[in-house]
Amino acid sequence: MSEGTVMDDGVDPDELEAFRLRARTWLAETMPRLPEGRDNWQLAQDDEMAVRARQLQGLLFEGGYAGICYPAEYGGQGLTRAHQRAFTQESMGYQMPTTFNVPTLTILAPTILDFGTEEQKLRHLPAILKGEELWVQFLSEPNGGSDLAGLVTTATRDGDVFALNGSKIWSSGAFRADYCLCLARTDSSVPKHQGLTMFILKIHQPGIEVQRIKMINGTAEFCQEFFDDVLIPASDALGGINDGWTVASRLLFHERDAVGGGSPYSSGLGMGNASRGGQRSELEDLARSTGQSADPVVRQLLAEARVNDRVQNQLVDRVAQGIRTGALPGPAGSLTRLYAATNSERRFDIGLEIAGQAGGAWVEGDLAGSASMAWLSRQSNSLGGGSNEMQRNIISERVLGMPREFAADRDQPFDQVRHNRSPQRQS
Amino acid sequence: MEFGLTDDQQLFQQTTRKFLEDTCPLDTVRKIAEEQPEGFDRTWWRRGAELGWVSMLVAEGHGGGSVSGDGLSDLALVAEEAGRLVAPGPLIPTNVVAAALSRSGMPEHVGYLADLVGGEIVAAWCPPEFSVGSGVARRPEGGVRATAQGSRGGGFVLDGTTVPVEAGAQADLLLVTARTADGLAQFVVPSGAVGLSAQPTESIDLVRRFATLRFDGVEVAADSVVGEPGRADDDVQRQLHDAVVLQCFEMVGAVDRVFSFTIEYAEDRYSFGRPLVSYQALKHRFADMKMWLEASHATAGAAARAVDSGSPVADELVSVAKSYIGDHGPFILQECVQLHGGIGVTWDHDLHLYLRRVVQDRTQFGTPRDHRDRIAAGMDIGHE
Repeated sequence: MSEGTVMDDGVDPDELEAFRLRARTWLAETMPRLPEGRDNWQLAQDDEMAVRARQLQGLLFEGGYAGICYPAEYGGQGLTRAHQRAFTQESMGYQMPTTFNVPTLTILAPTILDFGTEEQKLRHLPAILKGEELWVQFLSEPNGGSDLAGLVTTATRDGDVFALNGSKIWSSGAFRADYCLCLARTDSSVPKHQGLTMFILKIHQPGIEVQRIKMINGTAEFCQEFFDDVLIPASDALGGINDGWTVASRLLFHERDAVGGGSPYSSGLGMGNASRGGQRSELEDLARSTGQSADPVVRQLLAEARVNDRVQNQLVDRVAQGIRTGALPGPAGSLTRLYAATNSERRFDIGLEIAGQAGGAWVEGDLAGSASMAWLSRQSNSLGGGSNEMQRNIISERVLGMPREFAADRDQPFDQVRHNRSPQRQS
Repeated sequence: MEFGLTDDQQLFQQTTRKFLEDTCPLDTVRKIAEEQPEGFDRTWWRRGAELGWVSMLVAEGHGGGSVSGDGLSDLALVAEEAGRLVAPGPLIPTNVVAAALSRSGMPEHVGYLADLVGGEIVAAWCPPEFSVGSGVARRPEGGVRATAQGSRGGGFVLDGTTVPVEAGAQADLLLVTARTADGLAQFVVPSGAVGLSAQPTESIDLVRRFATLRFDGVEVAADSVVGEPGRADDDVQRQLHDAVVLQCFEMVGAVDRVFSFTIEYAEDRYSFGRPLVSYQALKHRFADMKMWLEASHATAGAAARAVDSGSPVADELVSVAKSYIGDHGPFILQECVQLHGGIGVTWDHDLHLYLRRVVQDRTQFGTPRDHRDRIAAGMDIGHE
């Protein structure tokens, strides 16, 4: 499994320092600087940045800095977490292709690394690292979010091809992506976990319609897809036919790792990094720009936010070390995932508090406006990648060993399980 | 527990755990609380000292020496075990004072170290009253004041009263912080000094004893000054790092132990024909507690390593740990009381021993709020 191949210990400090200095020089000579006052996460919200991200990723690849923790035979650098951390630190202030981090580099490519055939790995991993392929995940469906294995999109086999029918939702940026991993039901006569298959699927092809979903903050990153007899070669199954749950579980492990900030495959600071510890933050900028730097209550709130961020990084390190050494089970990744989500809830609340009256009506450009607009999407991090409630189930059941929740469909053939009463499509 | 301990550190930790479990289980702690005015047994403390309880922060040349080379991380293992069993004994003040004397290395003071390391004497640490942000007394009129006596090279006269300090009436040796005309200064004062009196105070912990110390024209010689008179701020900050890291580990040890036995209780306890741990409403609360607990372990460990390695962010990370654990530790414990039901608020249940210890630690050496003030003072947003 891939995390076992990413080494962390025993890095020669001199070698690491030499790597850092090379990277520093290369970044200065090659990568464009970030515009004043903007970060890669803000830039990634612009549609045209996806095009830009492909170019930036291509630059990293040419320079030998793409996929620092990926094996060299698939286009990576075969280096350690320590190298990746050093590179990310050096990349501060530069434009970085952070659009590639989640889910392409931190979730989907690692899953391909784990389960792909040699042919699949050689076909896709180098292309991803060159910036030629952006990936998304087709997992959730309109009829149910947390009960992933209860999905109803079907892939029906006819000889060497499968015909895909149904709908997927909450895929982020599917309209601009090239490929996805798509989980579909290939056998309804067995219990739900046993009849699923994961497919590698080209997104823009006949039979697939992609619709963008407008969110409360006005962005339209998320998409819903509709499948009408989409043909998939059997050779594009990732992992075994009807063994898709094994692949999906692994994918979800990488997702928890990525969203919790523990992935070794993330490069540059963007979404999914607990990145702010020790850095000047947008909250501190907000306090300064609104003249509240000396207010004792505001200072307490700023310090609380700093504490929460520092501890998030420390927890990421501890959980990663615990999982690596076997002191904690793999599902402990949900601890960092839950921490990151609850921390961001608190952070948005603090932003709204500091924004004060200007959070409701502001002059264009005021940081107070950004704070309250960000607050509107407060729950996003607590829903994406498995809701906080699912993480709490995972922690209590698979980290603390408490009894599993009752499941009415356990061991029942899927075609005998009761489903939603209401119509399932919400298009 | 810390991950990635060396074999030697694990042995050190296990030896202390076994010693505490054998000699000082919780019913013994209760007995000491009721019957032992000193709050600990001197013979027992010497046996702990033989295990290395006062050696870790003292230089080898002064009779000390650490297990791994990272003395504070080593000693933190003892503090964590002490927390698990709400152990008696002035572990934190004695070590903070021993470390300070060893660091200053003044020949007049290193003579005390053999007795401290050997457990023959114990010490009380009297820092300035926190507001910790600036290292000066919060109430300018409070605390201890030192007046230079006679010409340069002469001694000092100490006047004033400290806040309640741990082991104030039991300590054989005091490290006293006082204001002088030139700034903060620290003095080593034997407990028998003329004009010094200790007034025991109330305290929330069952076995920890606190006292205010009153200095009434106490004359001390010039060579009782630790470091340079008027320039003790940095020394006090460094002592604060040791003290706070140790109390953070103690809190984490206590919370970890309570969390474990609360899970066991909820597994064994059945309502409506089901164990408590099968209820999702409770499972989710345990999941949150597990997250806060692991985060507490993480931040305590990071603070210890930062201090050991002399990291430039050590000062901030110490305050991060104290403010996080000081907030979450007591909260987790009260959640555990709630999950125990009515038995959890009785005298006979052990929970309150832990509540008392953890809330005591929360209040000493800067509250979470004080430490957030320190963090804000280090931010690039200007000062109050």
